[in-house]
Amino acid sequence: MASKLTNKAAFFKQTPALGWLLTGLVIAGLEMAVGKPLARFLGIGKIPALFGFLIIFKKPSLQFPFIFNDLGIIAGVIVYDILIYLLPLVLVTWLTYRLTNRVAGVLYRKSALLSVLLHILLLYLVLRLWTDISTYRELVTRLTMIAVIVTLSLNVINGYMGEFSTSHPGFMAVGAYVSSVFTMALFTQSDYFGPARLPASLAPVFFPIALILGGAVAAFSALAVAIPSFRTRGDYLAIISLAYMFIVKSLFENLEVVGGPRGLGGQPDLASFPVIFVWMALGIWIINNFVRSTLGKALNAVRDDELAADAMTVNTRKTKMTAFLFGAFWAGLAGGLLAHVLRYINPGSFGLQKLAEVLAMVYFGGLNSVLGSIVGAVSINLLGEALRPLELYKWIVIPVILILVMIYRPTGLIAFREFDLVEIVKPKEIKEGDDATA
Amino acid sequence: MPLLEVKHMTHYFGGLRAVHDFNLSIEKGEIRGLIGPNGAGKSTVFNLITGIYRPTEGQVIFKGQNITGKRPHQIAAMGLGRTFQNLRLWRHMTVLEHVKMARYSKLTYGLVGAFFDTRKRRREEAEAEKVARDLLDLLGVYNVAHELVTNLPYGMQRRVEMARALAVEPDILFLDEPTAGMNPEELVEMMDVIRQVHQEFDLAIFLIEHRMKFVMELCQRIQTLVFGEVIAEGTPEEIQNNPKVIEAYLGEEVET
Repeated sequence: MASKLTNKAAFFKQTPALGWLLTGLVIAGLEMAVGKPLARFLGIGKIPALFGFLIIFKKPSLQFPFIFNDLGIIAGVIVYDILIYLLPLVLVTWLTYRLTNRVAGVLYRKSALLSVLLHILLLYLVLRLWTDISTYRELVTRLTMIAVIVTLSLNVINGYMGEFSTSHPGFMAVGAYVSSVFTMALFTQSDYFGPARLPASLAPVFFPIALILGGAVAAFSALAVAIPSFRTRGDYLAIISLAYMFIVKSLFENLEVVGGPRGLGGQPDLASFPVIFVWMALGIWIINNFVRSTLGKALNAVRDDELAADAMTVNTRKTKMTAFLFGAFWAGLAGGLLAHVLRYINPGSFGLQKLAEVLAMVYFGGLNSVLGSIVGAVSINLLGEALRPLELYKWIVIPVILILVMIYRPTGLIAFREFDLVEIVKPKEIKEGDDATA
Repeated sequence: MPLLEVKHMTHYFGGLRAVHDFNLSIEKGEIRGLIGPNGAGKSTVFNLITGIYRPTEGQVIFKGQNITGKRPHQIAAMGLGRTFQNLRLWRHMTVLEHVKMARYSKLTYGLVGAFFDTRKRRREEAEAEKVARDLLDLLGVYNVAHELVTNLPYGMQRRVEMARALAVEPDILFLDEPTAGMNPEELVEMMDVIRQVHQEFDLAIFLIEHRMKFVMELCQRIQTLVFGEVIAEGTPEEIQNNPKVIEAYLGEEVET
């Protein structure tokens, strides 16, 4: 019985990445075409932004006359999810997995690099179409992509290097403020920095410079943590980095030139969906390159046994320093992106809660794993948004889920795995043997 | 000129004198043994020469250069490979990654290469992998190249550690109790491995060992360390017949 079931679902395992992306494309297109009328027909009103979680959790009104109304809406949402997401998911993968496998095979044999780029382009298309439907959905996706960068950058330190750093919100704050000041002073008319100095049309060209500058300043400030704490191993880094986070926060609270505790608003709207997507892709690529090189694997050696690493010619101090500054750079860069998405930052938002969020994403997704960080960032972010209507209870549900993960998978969902895009875009083997070339 | 020379090395841990006036001179290709009862300071001597501790007094000269006070990775990169008494493998890394890691000082692609996957990096990583695979082949652990070391039996872990030490391209190899925890069969195997690498790479070897049979058979000269001081030095026969050594070390063994 069980084997029969797994046989039937076997095409899921044999669906290549290309197949999943095609399915995503179909779903996004379907929702675009019939989502609105379907939602109206089912009595939901408008297209549910995040699979209807917001609607389901929104009204726990248990008063008698309304409960049927609510139940009706919930049922509508479930039907909607089945019709728009689940059914196409099963049908399209089942109908096309042979075809997509063949196409993926042809592409892969032609050029692995081309295939990878095509997959990334497809992913972009799917996300773009899916987020085109609601601005809320788009915002959540943009924030999630930024969270991916932050999570990855922290995983380099806490996962790959195995130290416990808690200064990431501080790095993000530095990056956010530096890049904000840069873009605002140059391209906007503001109370803080006076009139715009350059025409706004140049802003997109200078934005990468602003971000890199933010990251670089964050990395430079990370030296304040790295120099004293990397002389030894142990708990020092955790404590010093926590102190760093609080110092940065109160520094910005007391810097009246950037708004002090009121915060800084009015950044130019530069962090659009494609811009963030490109930075995320770039971040994943560079970080993944680093951790897969022998230079990057030296981090693992330092973590697992520093003395042995040193005796095997690894310059341990330089390795730790580099990785820490590298992580700080990406956190700062992500902070810059965040500032230009929200277009308002204040010191209070780079505090303990941010730290808890980032740490949760790293440890939930999995230590020492790029894919784990992506999964962690996406799932914690979506979960956080989906459970938003629960308000306070959200902070019970998410920790409980985290505790369960820590009990059953102490290193996170997808820990200690290499992330190889070429491996991912490869066609899957089809068991019946009709794809003889595979 | 000797390959490695230690002159009047003394080391204190706080008020405790761990090593006193240790002298050593090893020629190219020589196999030298260091024996002594537990707590005599043998591993401390190793750690002092390899740079983990800085000697309180004295000098270490390797290939004509004073290496006293240099960091361990610098000394290792000059051509000093070592193994550890308690293995010290990296538990989340595969066998191949272990050996490649010891090529660290030979990589020149730098951070640019690491971040952007340049052609230079690909070439150097491929070279490192080839060296690593050859060493794994030599030590008979080629077929477990992609296993995590923690999944391997003890004897194989020892071989991996040896391969890792050899990947440094050492002129001298320090072996800290290479047969610790081994059964007689594995011991004989390890002896063959050491002989093999000694011939293959024309290495000098400096080893700490507890098993007399092992030391007597392999080493050309032996030093005996008791309470941080060398009480005897000579060929295996001389050491075996030295009354001081028998009293301090072998005597114990005979009695038990």
